[in-house]
Amino acid sequence: MSFYTLFRKELLRFLKVSIQTVAAPVLTSLLYLVIFGQVLEGRLQVFEGVRYTSFLVPGLVMMSVLQNAFANSSSSLIQSKITGNIVFILLAPISYAEFFWAYVAAAMARGLVVGAGVLAFTAGFVELRLAAPLWALVFALLGAGLLGALGVLAGVVSEKIDQLAAFQNFAILPLTMLSGVFYSIHSLPAFWREISHANPFFYMIDGFRYGFFGASDVAPATSLAVVAAALAAVATACLLLLKSGYKLRT
Amino acid sequence: MRALSDVSLAIARGEFFGLLGPNGAGKTTLINVIAGLARADAGSVRVMGAHTVDDYRRARRMLGVVPQELVFDPFFTVRETLRIQAGYFGIRAEDAWIDEVMEHLDLTAKADANMRALSGGMKRRVLIAQALVHKPPVIVLDEPTAGVDVELRQGLWQFVRRLNAAGHTIVLTTHYLEEAEVHCTRIAMLKAGRIVALDSTRNLLARFAGSRASARVMGRDGKQHVLEIEGYGELERELARLRAQGVEIADIELDRPDLEEVFLRLTGS
Repeated sequence: MSFYTLFRKELLRFLKVSIQTVAAPVLTSLLYLVIFGQVLEGRLQVFEGVRYTSFLVPGLVMMSVLQNAFANSSSSLIQSKITGNIVFILLAPISYAEFFWAYVAAAMARGLVVGAGVLAFTAGFVELRLAAPLWALVFALLGAGLLGALGVLAGVVSEKIDQLAAFQNFAILPLTMLSGVFYSIHSLPAFWREISHANPFFYMIDGFRYGFFGASDVAPATSLAVVAAALAAVATACLLLLKSGYKLRT
Repeated sequence: MRALSDVSLAIARGEFFGLLGPNGAGKTTLINVIAGLARADAGSVRVMGAHTVDDYRRARRMLGVVPQELVFDPFFTVRETLRIQAGYFGIRAEDAWIDEVMEHLDLTAKADANMRALSGGMKRRVLIAQALVHKPPVIVLDEPTAGVDVELRQGLWQFVRRLNAAGHTIVLTTHYLEEAEVHCTRIAMLKAGRIVALDSTRNLLARFAGSRASARVMGRDGKQHVLEIEGYGELERELARLRAQGVEIADIELDRPDLEEVFLRLTGS
């Protein structure tokens, strides 16, 4: 019941401002599609028989899932810490694990809602097929979970909006942009291709895209292993921090 | 720096207990340790027998804490805020009790108002309501009347006294010493993280507050003089001496001992 209430509270929080938390990111992704699709359509072909705009859409969907999952848990936590209303959760008989999973689950919900919105609005403009929908679903869930957990980590560690913005702008944004949303890493020089393999965001995008085209830069099982390991590592770090009360309980 | 040191006390069930001390004495730290918001380096706290760390779920269910700061979640209405708080404590569909708490705290008309739209006094009432939604047997009030107008203050005390009469244990910190004097049956005074006094309010007043009298007398020179007498025990002796000397006593004033004096003596504030 405590877990469910905290999860529901976090859901209500973003749904009450859905113009900002859902509609705006959907619009941003549509703009990416219009601009990049217009400029690069016909000049790039990544997979055999797949138009560039079709290639781009799953990347944009997954990028929205990841960025919004991160934004939900991190912004909610930092706001609660700054305004002090986190005290209501800390006073309640909620375990650190319930705390963590409630924030992550709500972050996943927002990521998936925005991702579904992007998919719904773009599906009408491009030719899409779902070659392996289960793979797509698994990567969407794991990716949203990983970024939701990273959002919890950033929200707990940050004390000011500035610090959180630095985390978002200097870590999450570059890792997302350089993960192959707009291109295949096979089109990169060897050096940058190798660097891309060290970016866990690349595996989320690539694995998700496999669900649509049945083709990817690396095998989906490899991507799944990398993403699952990253999620386990981040979740463990978060749970240890929350258990210790770091920056939450003095 | 140690915020608390050698603090050991037991509060009985049903007590109205006051925790007093100057700023920085450790009152809020002690409350935070009791509530699990702060962790003590050593020692332990039990709430109704439940260890606040090992058995934190039961301990927190026993406690309703009204924080000192006016904190609120700007996304929700008053009713939503109270429902969410009840849910955190595992309580579902307790609208009847939520309505009752709102009624007692004069919040019913604001039930559907967003928290942002409330005045400071109203936000304070919601904080109190939040501490009560899970019907805790122990209620901790950290400076509950700070910045609250007279009308709300009176209503609040009436409500808290009713809760105390119904068996709730009340733990209060306040800067308004007259409030502690009126309501608390027992008081602990903290200074620099240590308890410097722990006794019933009556005993503290009797032991530490000066019982002073001042007598206005007509002197032989025809002028009025004021005679300060320390301790009521001395009063009769002094009056007898004055009468024996034929001094006319125009007026006698007795200073009632108050907690402020006890506080100043014990804390050196």
